[in-house]
Amino acid sequence: MAEYEPLFSAGHTACAGCPMPVIFRHILDITGPDVVVVNATSCSEIISSAYPRTAWRVPYVHSLFENTPAVASGVANALRAQGNDHTKVIIFAGDGSTYDIGFGALSGMLERNEDVLYVCYDNEAYMNTGVQRSGATPFGARTTTSPVGRVHHGKEIFKKPIVDIVAAHKIPYAASASIGYHADLAAKVRKALPMKGSRFIDVLSPCVPGWGIDSAITIELAKMAVDCGIWKLVEYENGNFKLNLKPGQRRPVKDYLSKQARFKHLTEQDVAKIQAQVDEEWKKY
Amino acid sequence: MLLPIAKPGTSRENKTGSWRSQRPETDTKKCVKCGMCELFCPEPCITGVEMGKKPQERSFPKTDYDYCKGCGVCANVCPVKCIKMVPEEK
Amino acid sequence: MARKTVEGSFAVAEAVKNCEPDVAACYPITPSTHVAEELASFYANGEIKAYIATEAELSSMSACIGASAAGSRTVTVTSSQGMALMHEAVYNAAGMRLPIVMIVGNRSLSAPLNIWNDWQDSVTERDSGWIQIYCENGQEATDAVPQAFKIAEAVSLPVMVCFDGFYITHAVEPIDVPSLEEVKKFLPPFRPAVKLDPKNPMSMGEYAFPAHYQLFRDDLQKDMVASEKKVKEIHDEYAKMFGRSYGSGVLEEYRSQDAESVLVSMGSVCGNAKEAVDQLRAKGEKVGLVRLRLLRPFPYAAVAKALEGKKIVGVFEKSYSLGALPPLYGEVLAAAADLKSRPVISSFVGGLGGKDVTVGNVLELYGKMKQGKKLVEWV
Repeated sequence: MAEYEPLFSAGHTACAGCPMPVIFRHILDITGPDVVVVNATSCSEIISSAYPRTAWRVPYVHSLFENTPAVASGVANALRAQGNDHTKVIIFAGDGSTYDIGFGALSGMLERNEDVLYVCYDNEAYMNTGVQRSGATPFGARTTTSPVGRVHHGKEIFKKPIVDIVAAHKIPYAASASIGYHADLAAKVRKALPMKGSRFIDVLSPCVPGWGIDSAITIELAKMAVDCGIWKLVEYENGNFKLNLKPGQRRPVKDYLSKQARFKHLTEQDVAKIQAQVDEEWKKY
Repeated sequence: MLLPIAKPGTSRENKTGSWRSQRPETDTKKCVKCGMCELFCPEPCITGVEMGKKPQERSFPKTDYDYCKGCGVCANVCPVKCIKMVPEEK
Repeated sequence: MARKTVEGSFAVAEAVKNCEPDVAACYPITPSTHVAEELASFYANGEIKAYIATEAELSSMSACIGASAAGSRTVTVTSSQGMALMHEAVYNAAGMRLPIVMIVGNRSLSAPLNIWNDWQDSVTERDSGWIQIYCENGQEATDAVPQAFKIAEAVSLPVMVCFDGFYITHAVEPIDVPSLEEVKKFLPPFRPAVKLDPKNPMSMGEYAFPAHYQLFRDDLQKDMVASEKKVKEIHDEYAKMFGRSYGSGVLEEYRSQDAESVLVSMGSVCGNAKEAVDQLRAKGEKVGLVRLRLLRPFPYAAVAKALEGKKIVGVFEKSYSLGALPPLYGEVLAAAADLKSRPVISSFVGGLGGKDVTVGNVLELYGKMKQGKKLVEWV
């Protein structure tokens, strides 16, 4: 048997322990080589495609930070215009470009229902530029632009519900996933890939320096986020909502928060507030 | 004409193993060849388990130290805790 | 070839269609809206394969980047604020060496908001790495389109075809539009050396460290400068095939060879300038016009040659560089710097935000030039 050659190669320069390359590799294992990857400016771009080298073994294009959905729209339209109806177009973008700066372009792409699978690796802040808060940063988290001061203590607003917002565009598929639940992620990619039109998956991807965690526990934390109910595995398939996993006994959010330096400043009351908020949300299910 | 392009997989010229301060060592007496280390290795630099095969036909994981950054994810996800992170300094 | 009496925008759009782009990506903006609308109609009739109605101009240029990287001929249309919004992607397209064609209906920039013609939009993008062709009338703009695609694809650089908002975009003129069959003979299919292709999976749009970044910019500069030759060649080839030429392809000398006093300008105002030249010549005055067709790459040697031996030169432009000398004036000064006997070169700015520049105004310019050096006199 030929040696397995992943479509996202070793030698990339992601931080030790970063699970983002795992997300890419797992997804490309499913798509195979007949794919074009469109990448937003992000950690993933910097660590994968510094001239004159690249970690990608599939056709890959990076343009800018905020325009990736439009670039992918151009790629998809060009391929179809050339009579190519088989090559899949996939976006890999971080939460900064997805939730914030590229949100208009994302909405435009979804409204046009472009034939693109959009994967957001969500590490919950602008990590590439040194951990500034994004629309994906959760309540309470300390970042360099939501610092802990005498008056304000970390981010004081909740994370944007991106999957719900994306699903409201009435696209065929929108889901959340976590690299801690790799089989769920794989199942979602397998489901979304053959669909026509816009598909979207937001994948939780813990960040070693940004979250202030040990490099060994990134996968463990991605799983724990789901087990404590802070990160839900959901999908909207043709508008129909489904909760993919309901933990029998949710772990306390404290287990998850206490492992991360970005939540170190939280008081017992703060943690209780986050727990109450999570409990409230789970009453729906 | 100079184009900002690159040939596929050339990142393998970056031997990121030089970053490592600790190395994973697998105790093959305890290893059950489940493949979790290979599945979650971020580089990836762990190969050889061949998870597609039946457990008895699989091999022990092999780590390519040219690329291993010593993150410790493999040791952490190992269900039987047979991978030990050993400091590189002598 | 069919002669039609049509709006400039319609003729230009038809020329675009006859170049058979795979993908058009547009967001409508005055005064180039009619081009976008017409391209959408061609798509609706199945004459253009893909039309992406983007949510903003930045996405239009970005979609062009994606489509061009995927190996398709691609085009967008914009003006004014639309181009300003695109800015980041305009630079990016050139740096990635993608031969995108952009149709520009020139218009002012806000504030104050104003929808009428000047050149501040595309002149502001002059340093972006795009070849820029400025047209005098609807016929020239129409003819510039197949040339633009051919130039872009020959030198792997994007090209702007600039024509004045309203004065040309909306002016109804008799225009010969090259047919699909004719364009096919002139413009070969787009076959890029590198594209997004699963059979040859290259990475495009790489990140560059300090060791490499400047090499790319230097290479881009050299290729931009060298592209002037290609612009001429392709103009000449087109002229041979279609029987219409525009000076040397980089500039047009109108009754200026034996002139003592020469005006340098671009765009539709040159129609009025030619009329003024004719009137003054009829009175025995030795005046002429040098109409620039190419602003980027700037044809320094050709301009110097055209100004050699002149006593008086005036530069009239509808562009401005706040806090500095006007851009076109600066280029003409630089071009004339090494002439043995340098003419007195005056700067005139006008026509901003659609302010009319009449034949009478141009006649006044020739008068003012004679009185000595004028620095940034408003028209």
